[in-house]
Amino acid sequence: MTLQGWVVNLLNGFSFAMVLFLLAAGLTLIFGLLQVINLAHGSFYLLGGYVGLAIIQWIGNFPLALVVAFLAMAALGAALQQFCLARLYKQDLPQALLTLGILFVAADVAFVWWGGNPQLLPQPELLQGGTRLFGIGYPIYRLFLIVMGIVFAALMWLFIERTRLGAVVRAGMDDEEMLRGIGISAPLVFTGILALGAGLAGAAGVLGGPLLGLHPGADFEVLLLAFVVVTVGGLGSIKGAFLASILIGLIDNFGNIWFPQFSLFTIIVPMVIVLALRPTGLMGRA
Amino acid sequence: MTPLAVESLSVNFGGVQAVDDVTLRVEVGERRAIIGTNGAGKTTLFNLINGQIAATAGRILLFGEDITRLPPHRRAALGLARTFQITNLFPALTVLDNMLIAVQALDPCHFVFFRRLASYTNVQHRAQQILERWDLWPLKDEPVRTLSYGMQRKLEIVLALAGKPRVLLLDEPMAGLSAQETDLAGAIIRNLDRAITVLLIEHDLTAAFAIADRITAMDQGRIVAEGTPDEIRKESRLAEIYMRGAAQAPGS
Amino acid sequence: MRRALIAAAAVAALVVIGRYLPSYYTGLLTLALIYGIFAMSLDLLLGYTGLPSLGHAAYFGSAAYVAALIVNKLGAPFAVAIPAGLLAAVTIAALFNLLALRTVQGYYLMITLALSQVLWSLAVSWRSLTGGDDGMAIPRRPDFGSWLGVRLDTDYGYFIVVLAVFLACLAAMRILVASPFGYALLGIRENESRMRALGYNAWAYKYVVSLIAGLFAGIAGELYAFLHSFISPATLSIDLSAQVLLMVLVGAAGTLWGPIFGAFVLVILQNIVSTYTDRWLFVVGAIYMLIAMFAPKGLFLRWRDRAVRALRQTA
Repeated sequence: MTLQGWVVNLLNGFSFAMVLFLLAAGLTLIFGLLQVINLAHGSFYLLGGYVGLAIIQWIGNFPLALVVAFLAMAALGAALQQFCLARLYKQDLPQALLTLGILFVAADVAFVWWGGNPQLLPQPELLQGGTRLFGIGYPIYRLFLIVMGIVFAALMWLFIERTRLGAVVRAGMDDEEMLRGIGISAPLVFTGILALGAGLAGAAGVLGGPLLGLHPGADFEVLLLAFVVVTVGGLGSIKGAFLASILIGLIDNFGNIWFPQFSLFTIIVPMVIVLALRPTGLMGRA
Repeated sequence: MTPLAVESLSVNFGGVQAVDDVTLRVEVGERRAIIGTNGAGKTTLFNLINGQIAATAGRILLFGEDITRLPPHRRAALGLARTFQITNLFPALTVLDNMLIAVQALDPCHFVFFRRLASYTNVQHRAQQILERWDLWPLKDEPVRTLSYGMQRKLEIVLALAGKPRVLLLDEPMAGLSAQETDLAGAIIRNLDRAITVLLIEHDLTAAFAIADRITAMDQGRIVAEGTPDEIRKESRLAEIYMRGAAQAPGS
Repeated sequence: MRRALIAAAAVAALVVIGRYLPSYYTGLLTLALIYGIFAMSLDLLLGYTGLPSLGHAAYFGSAAYVAALIVNKLGAPFAVAIPAGLLAAVTIAALFNLLALRTVQGYYLMITLALSQVLWSLAVSWRSLTGGDDGMAIPRRPDFGSWLGVRLDTDYGYFIVVLAVFLACLAAMRILVASPFGYALLGIRENESRMRALGYNAWAYKYVVSLIAGLFAGIAGELYAFLHSFISPATLSIDLSAQVLLMVLVGAAGTLWGPIFGAFVLVILQNIVSTYTDRWLFVVGAIYMLIAMFAPKGLFLRWRDRAVRALRQTA
């Protein structure tokens, strides 16, 4: 591979990683911290993407599509927690069955409503086209993703490290007294984190849409990817999710180039290694 | 050979020394009571001896053998048995099934998957024998979760005896029992075979003093006093510790 | 004794009825028996040991694929292909569970799902080997010759073969769950930490039962492949893993008979639903949601008890 090829592919891996990070951040909080099993995470991605697509086709405004997708999915996530998951507190198998059911139902609804053909979300006009970076041509949209991803990571870091609520989240929801101390009820935190996670997944659907397209089965693929990232990064760790997203994003990208028939296999390798050597993940709490 | 020796045993949980440099030796047939307020580290000490949690420092010796790094099931095979403060049985299974599982644990047949357990008459007989000895046979077909609390506590102890242990750890065996049941339990423990070495954690000081040959008192993870019941009775620091413990208790 | 007589009568009835059923229904019966074996194998894990696997299709499909590939690509006889497929299933079980059993509570579900998804995607993307989504035809069926005047390569003949294998598997599993090993599994399901304190190496039991379950699932998988003379990635899909889970839950986990019943119910249900609608995925998803939300407490009581127990032990 030429130097140009390396740079392009590295950037491709990074931009993909940022989409992964949106998904993994939500999942690591939901699964890692709240210990809620949410297989419907992939559905939020898919539905968010389709909703965004509908907004773009209807109104033509990309930022609006992003916001609507985020809010719509956040609302669904909150509803899921409030009406369904809250009743299944600490019951793994029922949670898995419920969210699996939602995954299937949502997949079928999406299939009926939007059809089985892969759809590509159009890029916003402002970010279309390419630019030259040190003499190498590269799509602006992907660069935007990288920048946005880093900004988002910084915001998440600030939230976790610098706010009181973040401190609670960091403490791993173990301390009910601490929660009462800052005047927030545990159920509210659960709903809030589910909403945030779902919203982020929906945003990932819109932002990743121009890159990855939307198609039946994307929900399952995305769920698996997010899960691998969360496992490698460590349950409950945003930092870990960020690092692991980059690792997996790069591996996936180069894996697709070098071993196209083994697509998912290549990203399983880091997961296997992590599970074998350090089951709590790169930055997980031991 | 000392049945149980613990040397400078410590465990650290996120900065808190739950058990701090604990050393003790228990002699053959001894009844040793461990007393102390809540959070003194008594159950944690049992968890360390039993292998449920790993020590951060120190050694545990069972009949001279270093078991510090062994997993719980290997320690059980060496003759260590333990009961739990919160009843820890097999709730959906019958009393008989609970006992069969306990009896077959250290029997060579325990991994056989091609022959019915019913054909192993040695296991069946021993289970029946133990249940009859402890007046639990009439309840043999009852699911454990339907038993009264007192019966469950009794089964809790009896299960631990199934493997013919040489060292028995009883974690608050009288917890939640009525006065009458406590006396009965005390009698059971006192009448245990003197070949078995017994450590028990007990909150009820009267019961502890009645059963024990020697008493070890713990506070905040450390041993603060050790001796015969008479010596401990005279130990003034203990009254202070218990008072402090009572003052800090919620609702006091 | 009476139960044995009833069972024998049921078997005899099946043998006779099967002779005169239209071959479509014979096929359904055969499928139900195959799924019965599959569901019982999951029951060993879920009902008896308390391991909620969401990736059980991995063993079903890998045995089927390996056996089919050996017949198609290597032209080897079935006497080689069939054991090879089973070996593959057990090997997959051995590898997967080295990882899946390492993890904390709640993780096992996700790991088994993830690992089987990887296998599935391998089958889909390696088109040159497996034909990808289009699947693979298996031109021959194992030729067991004929027996008591019945030609075994007919639909009815295959039904008899499957019935025989089903009965053998059922007998084997019944002995297993009544064996010392089986009792230990129950103990692990009910209270793993107490089992360890009693002297059991809980991990070893969980690992071995996973291998055994993988073996039986593999048997079911191969029977399935030769039933339709066709195999596709659906045999490795989460769809199938979830369906077999449903069979076990609907039929009452931890009983062996329950999952058999569940298998029959599901085959019938699937048949009825697909005559009315294409939206089988939706229906199945809705069923999962309903069961999760409204199933009788008893269905999930064990897992809740286990989770609570695990929590208390670490306090």
